[in-house]
Amino acid sequence: MSSKEIPVLKAQNLGIQFGGLKAVTDFNMEIGQSELVGLIGPNGAGKTTVFNMLTGVYQPTEGSYYLNGVKMNGKKTHQVVEAGIARTFQNIRLFKKMTVIENVKTAMNMHMHYSLASAIFRSAKYWKEEAEIEEKALKLLDVVHLKDKAYVVAENLPYGQQRRLEIARALATGMKLLLLDEPAAGMNPSETAELLEIINVIRDQFKISVLLIEHDMSLVMKICERIQVIDYGVTIAKGTPEEIANNQRVIEAYLGKDEEEEAAVC
Amino acid sequence: MRVSLFIQSVVNGLNQGAIYALIALGYTMVYGIIRMINFAHGDFIMVGSYTLFYTIPLMVSWGMPAWLAVIFAVLVCVAVGVIVETVAYKPVRSAGSMSALITALAVSVFLENLAMVLFGANPKSVPAIFSLPSIEFLGAKLQVKYLLTLGIGLAMMLALQLFVKKTKLGKAMRAVPQDKEASTLVGINVNRIITTTFAIGSGLAAVAALMYCSTYPRCTTDMGSMMGLKAFIAAVLGGIGIIPGAMLGGLLVGLLEIFVKVYIAPGWYEAITYGVLIVVLLVKPAGILGKNVGEKV
Amino acid sequence: MPKEKKVSYLINFIGVAVVFLLLMALFESNVLGTRTNYIRGIATTACYTIIMVASLNLLTGFMGEFSLGHAGFMSVGAYASAVVSLALTESGVELPTFVLFILVLLVGGVAAAITGILVGVPALRLRGDYLCIVTVAFAEIIRVIFCNLEITGGGRTLSGIPSLSNFYWVFWVMVICVAIMYLYVRSRFGRTVMAIREDYIAAAASGINVTFYKVLTFTVSAFFAGIAGAIYAHYMTAMIPTNFNFMYSSEFLTEVIIGGTGSLTGSIIGATFLSALPELMRKFATYRMLAYSVVLVLVMIFKPGGIFGTWEFSLTRILKKLAGKGETKAVTGGAAHE
Repeated sequence: MSSKEIPVLKAQNLGIQFGGLKAVTDFNMEIGQSELVGLIGPNGAGKTTVFNMLTGVYQPTEGSYYLNGVKMNGKKTHQVVEAGIARTFQNIRLFKKMTVIENVKTAMNMHMHYSLASAIFRSAKYWKEEAEIEEKALKLLDVVHLKDKAYVVAENLPYGQQRRLEIARALATGMKLLLLDEPAAGMNPSETAELLEIINVIRDQFKISVLLIEHDMSLVMKICERIQVIDYGVTIAKGTPEEIANNQRVIEAYLGKDEEEEAAVC
Repeated sequence: MRVSLFIQSVVNGLNQGAIYALIALGYTMVYGIIRMINFAHGDFIMVGSYTLFYTIPLMVSWGMPAWLAVIFAVLVCVAVGVIVETVAYKPVRSAGSMSALITALAVSVFLENLAMVLFGANPKSVPAIFSLPSIEFLGAKLQVKYLLTLGIGLAMMLALQLFVKKTKLGKAMRAVPQDKEASTLVGINVNRIITTTFAIGSGLAAVAALMYCSTYPRCTTDMGSMMGLKAFIAAVLGGIGIIPGAMLGGLLVGLLEIFVKVYIAPGWYEAITYGVLIVVLLVKPAGILGKNVGEKV
Repeated sequence: MPKEKKVSYLINFIGVAVVFLLLMALFESNVLGTRTNYIRGIATTACYTIIMVASLNLLTGFMGEFSLGHAGFMSVGAYASAVVSLALTESGVELPTFVLFILVLLVGGVAAAITGILVGVPALRLRGDYLCIVTVAFAEIIRVIFCNLEITGGGRTLSGIPSLSNFYWVFWVMVICVAIMYLYVRSRFGRTVMAIREDYIAAAASGINVTFYKVLTFTVSAFFAGIAGAIYAHYMTAMIPTNFNFMYSSEFLTEVIIGGTGSLTGSIIGATFLSALPELMRKFATYRMLAYSVVLVLVMIFKPGGIFGTWEFSLTRILKKLAGKGETKAVTGGAAHE
């Protein structure tokens, strides 16, 4: 990105403490327009905590973060989402008993304006807006290859499709920055490949920036333009996928701390 | 402010509070283990009281002290508690908190109406249980049995606390609410633990019934529900699931009620008790001694 | 409005009208003889109970929180409306009865809704069992207030309330209330509320102001409870605050659960059945409550989601089936359909 441009996301010395324990410290990050950045690190490194800070689930105790130059500290989750940061969850959090399309429509609520009276009297505005979001929601479901499942109850979807539905729901908020928390977790290789394709389509079609937490190294290396590595809440490396792959500290962090991650790096 | 009135109020408040605390201990035990509000617990007090009503004359005729009738009350209450748990609560345990709550309400209605059928609608007067003197202290008349109630309450709390912290069974009881499956894996019979908890809670209700009847020697079929609700409030106030919390909450509610009655506005004491509960829960959602645990995202 | 919906609304309206005409014929034809008034009374009771249960179902079934203090809101509606109608009668203001009836309903509803906001804003910071207990606490506080205020009878019976709630009016008020709740649930408002029930964290992460929609739904629910209270007051014509106690609240919650959380159909049938049952079994009063509690436990054991679950009755769907069109998608396009 050019130096003049305001970054979509800018985090400055972001940190959080839980009762004296520093979960994340000095987290700095800039994400430009349409950039795809990876955030990796061993289990318990504080990746999800970063997401929780960026989405107002936790309030950072230090530092600040900006979306398109607007300070986001102190905003509640729904306000952050309205401003343009949407996310998915590591442990899928769908509206399980609602249909797939209702899940997506729910996330469009903040773009709907018909009043309580309109709803009760079923005014023209009600029908118009409901018809519009039905159409929009179907389009989004098409993007994540779930259009044919629109009227299925969400909990009946297979695991991989549930993850894709979460992405569609996040997209429905109309965000500028999408945070994906381990979108490929528990997916088989063909599902992961499909996901990869979807992420690329999203980025091209919606012109949004993506921050991705992922354990599947091959996926991160393949699609991320830049990668940031954290361990014990501290950033230990930043760079292109090639730089990260050869970074000694990263290798140590993974090999030294967690046997399972070793396999992932290789 | 007259000193004697003040002391009298403190003692009355502690007595009332100790009764609430004894009931609250039962609520807290059950809630601590299975996260269920056992609305029928108040009615166990009623069961205990009716048992006392029928067995005290028996005891007296055998030449024994009246309070020993509590043994029968404990036995009957434990039996009722265990039966209720096995027949009604166990089958709905996996169905969610809403079903459990409704089932508990249903059991409460059942017990009250069963009592109505068995004992009739007229209140029964329980014979005197303790013949203890009252002492004069700074112009206030103090009933020794009130102090006894407080003593029994504290003793029960300590015993329970020791039991839960030190014994193997008690440790198992604390393990079950943390993780039922893991408890099973380490060889804890979860169902048996829950049943035991109910047995202990119901036994406590019988003791509470004894102390209640010694202060208010009357039993009615609906005596349990209002008492129960207030004792439950006490348990929540102190921090539900926490044994000392039940004691603290009980005494607090008792003192609050008596002091508001005596000094502020007799008609408003319930509203003020509930108001305090609301304020406490808003400031400390898990009660005075409770720890706030946020949901993991 | 899509044509299909127009037809569906019309069909449902005709269905309701047919039920109304049947009941009217029953009461006017004197088939029941001396029991007519008695049965009509039960039917009136059933109507305001339906409003109560359906409004509580908004909270319990659709928002996923259970309140054991709903009778508190009902009492606010009952007393507010009674105070107004008594004052109007005393001051000699002559309003047509129908206008007066609508006025007291609105007074009851608005008073309860305001209370709903006052209670909801602090209380809805809590969830689950804790919220449940706080609703009990608020209802008890409301009861004590009415017991102590002179204007509400000061703990004695407040009597002489004009008798305005005749069955034919109450029936249509009930229909309108249930219809509004149904339309509320089947709109973006209901959608957000259900999302909050399913997962409030994900709902917030989807841009939903969780607190706002919870308080809104709580207020809507209280509003209808207030209307039910106003009907109650002007049907009974006398009441004391202890009528609206914890047991009354728990009866409503029971009816919601028995009927099926998240099913307004279940609320209607549950409320009707359970209002009629005690009256029909009056001879066996004590055994009736025993049987009732046993049935309740059995339903919880064998059908924990309630008798109707989240199923909704749809006349249009039945007609379609009869016409042989195998339409699978729910006619009203609702979210709660399975």
